[in-house]
Amino acid sequence: MKAAVITFPGSNCDDDNVHALARTGFEVDRLWHRDTPGLGSYALIVLPGGFSFGDTLRCGAIAALSPIVGAVKEYAAAGGLVAGICNGFQILCETGLLPGALARNESLNFVCQDVHLKVESAGSPWTRGIASGTVLTIPIAHGEGRYVVDEATHEKMARGGQILFTYCDARGAASPGSNPNGSMWNVAGVCNETGNVFGMMPHPERATDLRSRDGAKLWRAALEAARAHKGPLTGPEKDGIR
Amino acid sequence: MTPDTQPATLEMARALGLTREEFEYVRRKLERVPTFAELGVFSAMYSEHCSYKSSRKALRRLPTKGKRVLQGPGENAGILDIGDGWGVAFKMESHNHPSYIEPFQGAATGVGGILRDIFTMGARPIAAMDALCFGMPEAPRTSAVTRGVVHGIGHYGNCFGVPTVAGQTLFHACFNGNPLVNAFTLGLLRTDRIFRGKAEGLGNTLVYVGAKTGRDGVHGATMASKEFSSDSELERPAVQVGDPFTEKLLLEATLEAMGQGLIVGIQDMGAAGLTSSSFEMAGRAGTGLEVDLDHIPTRESGMTAYELLLSESQERMLLVTTPDKVAPLQAVYEKWDLHAEPIGRVIEGTRVLMTFHGETVVDLPIDLVLSPPPAERPAVAPSDQRQRWFLDRNKMLQASLQAKFSSLTEALSFADPSPIVRQYDSMVGNRTEGSGLDDAAVLRLRDLGSRNVRLALSTDCNPRICWLSPREGGRRAVAEAALNVAVRGAVPIGVTDCLNFGSPENPEVMWQFEEAIEGISEACEALQIPVVSGNVSFYNDTDGKPIHPTPMVGMVGIIEDERPLPGSVLSSSELELGLVGPLEGGIGGSLLASLWFQRECGQPDETDLSVLGRALKFLQRLRTRKMVVALHDISDGGLVTAALEMALRSPIPGIGIEVRIPRECDVDQFLFGEAVPRILIAYEPVERTELEGLTGQAGIGFAVIGQSNESGEFRITQGGAAALKAELGPLRSRWENRWRGLFE
Repeated sequence: MKAAVITFPGSNCDDDNVHALARTGFEVDRLWHRDTPGLGSYALIVLPGGFSFGDTLRCGAIAALSPIVGAVKEYAAAGGLVAGICNGFQILCETGLLPGALARNESLNFVCQDVHLKVESAGSPWTRGIASGTVLTIPIAHGEGRYVVDEATHEKMARGGQILFTYCDARGAASPGSNPNGSMWNVAGVCNETGNVFGMMPHPERATDLRSRDGAKLWRAALEAARAHKGPLTGPEKDGIR
Repeated sequence: MTPDTQPATLEMARALGLTREEFEYVRRKLERVPTFAELGVFSAMYSEHCSYKSSRKALRRLPTKGKRVLQGPGENAGILDIGDGWGVAFKMESHNHPSYIEPFQGAATGVGGILRDIFTMGARPIAAMDALCFGMPEAPRTSAVTRGVVHGIGHYGNCFGVPTVAGQTLFHACFNGNPLVNAFTLGLLRTDRIFRGKAEGLGNTLVYVGAKTGRDGVHGATMASKEFSSDSELERPAVQVGDPFTEKLLLEATLEAMGQGLIVGIQDMGAAGLTSSSFEMAGRAGTGLEVDLDHIPTRESGMTAYELLLSESQERMLLVTTPDKVAPLQAVYEKWDLHAEPIGRVIEGTRVLMTFHGETVVDLPIDLVLSPPPAERPAVAPSDQRQRWFLDRNKMLQASLQAKFSSLTEALSFADPSPIVRQYDSMVGNRTEGSGLDDAAVLRLRDLGSRNVRLALSTDCNPRICWLSPREGGRRAVAEAALNVAVRGAVPIGVTDCLNFGSPENPEVMWQFEEAIEGISEACEALQIPVVSGNVSFYNDTDGKPIHPTPMVGMVGIIEDERPLPGSVLSSSELELGLVGPLEGGIGGSLLASLWFQRECGQPDETDLSVLGRALKFLQRLRTRKMVVALHDISDGGLVTAALEMALRSPIPGIGIEVRIPRECDVDQFLFGEAVPRILIAYEPVERTELEGLTGQAGIGFAVIGQSNESGEFRITQGGAAALKAELGPLRSRWENRWRGLFE
């Protein structure tokens, strides 16, 4: 199974994702933001964390206009698996592939620490095999990770199983103290309606060997999902991954 | 005649910080009057910051040799061999003055500067540390400085993508008008691909890469070489503005160009910008340079040669390549949206020639620029040095244990550094093991393939001890930093230093400087740890009053086995607590003494370097045993503070701790004394015999002094009776919140 990690100018978690995906069992390519290759041979595309274009204008706003993002949109429309981590999540929200936006942390400070995440929806390609309600420990590192979305959209997302992870305490309860950035409804990670495009602020690639290993579970789930989909995408497809 | 070519006068020279003697020296050696642009070159290169004219002689004392040393002092950074063709480049630098004037940008560009020093050597930066000394919170600018500095360091490091993994933060009134911001960076490189700042190869092309040149920071080096006055805020235009995004691009482009063999020599345009990089690169290679200033990319119009030469605009590098590689080099930088502009070439001879608008504006012999007349700096011990050692022990003996305990736990130093640590990305790169709050940070180098190598990093200095005895302060900075990495399981292998002092024109400061270097040297020699890089920051005075001497030490240790790291907190409520090292430490110079008497006082214990060596051996031997232990170095605030920290950071709910005062002990010296080495160890009770054996073999003291329990309290007992009881809950919330208001 092949995966690709895209490097934008200012990406700084690209290496970490390459290593984490390789450990999971993917064969990993690196792509440059100005490349416009066919993405059909990949089972997974990852937009990594960092400060693409120095966060100029808004986090992810300029990267969303990079040449490769057009190809990613087509790939996503064809049902391909796309994951955005941290800045990658911000980029996916800017492109409109994911609902909502990421605003400045409520504390106005950058925050780097381990957080607890509750798995809200176990059916997605990113959480398959992880029971709903499971509490994962994965670190965050961001200054603008407060998830913001209107109430109607949130309700629709919750009903459709699009809220994948919420911030919680060690026991899985959504206490105010367990929300590190003021995200609405404690949302930490979401997917699109078809489940194939996914974004989260916490860094699963940093929770694969040295700290908690919970992050590896997400990449394993994606690998399984890709396998179940019988290999790479060969062209536009109507039916989503699910 | 243009402003650049007008003849310089003594008045101009003095206005730019040169002395009359220096100006006369230049005129005599040149056998002519320098141009105004040339005067700019001399004013920057003869500044203390660039020339080390006051410190050079004393610095020769530092031991710099060792079997791992691939590059010692004198380059952009020092390099140690870590085996299998890999090396680590590291250095620590100060950015004190700019951080007071404009805390956010001052600290940010300090980080930017040290990062460039590391990657110009061919190393990818993989870890940063920050050592910060702030004034007291009630001083007028402190809260702006603390917040601004931490935001600035976080902003730059987080965006660039280097994890800030450890550091030290302290507060003292001597830093009220002159905070210290010392930034450390370590990078990883292949030993067959080390780059140096040399302009080698006649006919080779000199290339300017990175951001464009503006008027910011003109005279930064000169600013860093004089004392502060209260109106220093007027100097704000001399502080540079940093852009970590451009620096990230510069890193990637430069490493890519290096990997493709497109670079012969390279140097950061740091302090004194183009001037220092061009003269130093030529000086190291023994070549001459020809530079056409018209080709410098600028972001402001109408800049003079003088400004182009002295601008300290950030994120710029000067490099040398062969003429055939200019085009491929430009292609690499263009890929990363950066300029690479040929601006000159390497020529035969010993001069640097610079032209601007068709006119020669600089024509100077390199050795004259690089070797100012050495400054004669007399050194005299402060007349009150011995009075500083007076300490009224009787007054302390009368006070209750509770009162002493409270003075420690109510002090500003009794604080969880998390409000700072949380604002730094400590994990990017995914090498960081542990919490960022331990005695030392540990990085796992997955880059080395199957060989399991980890590095431990720590920074340490105690200005209080340094003021009372600079030699002991120097010794102790090395000793504490070595212990910090050793309690994490590492063998210390190299040191970088950042020597922060007052004005070298003050003989008492010069004495402190020489004494501190002596202390560092003694400790490094005894432990066989070379000093491979460093930085001197003089003129840390405000209105004539110097800071406490602060020779900050950055220590690198290596772990080459695969065993798990020792803990640093209480991991169970059924552990025994032991003290490794002497039972008592001196009260002289201790944190308690300074809190009690509201000033530093007493004579600090002299660190016995042979005992220290044995303690380090013991820690290495301990590592070969299958023992689950937690270790914590005892330093500021003595055993009480160390034991509290182990309990307050414990993840076990309701944990408690009991410390028993051994019968034969002086209570203050046992609980609050500060001697080196003293280490607190927590272990399963069954392992006591083995620990007694190991410490006995190593020839170092060991005593069982307490245990963890489920009481939720910190208890001190003496002869079976309770001497002090404090609930850990309220202590923890005070500890956790102590610094929040200052940094968040």
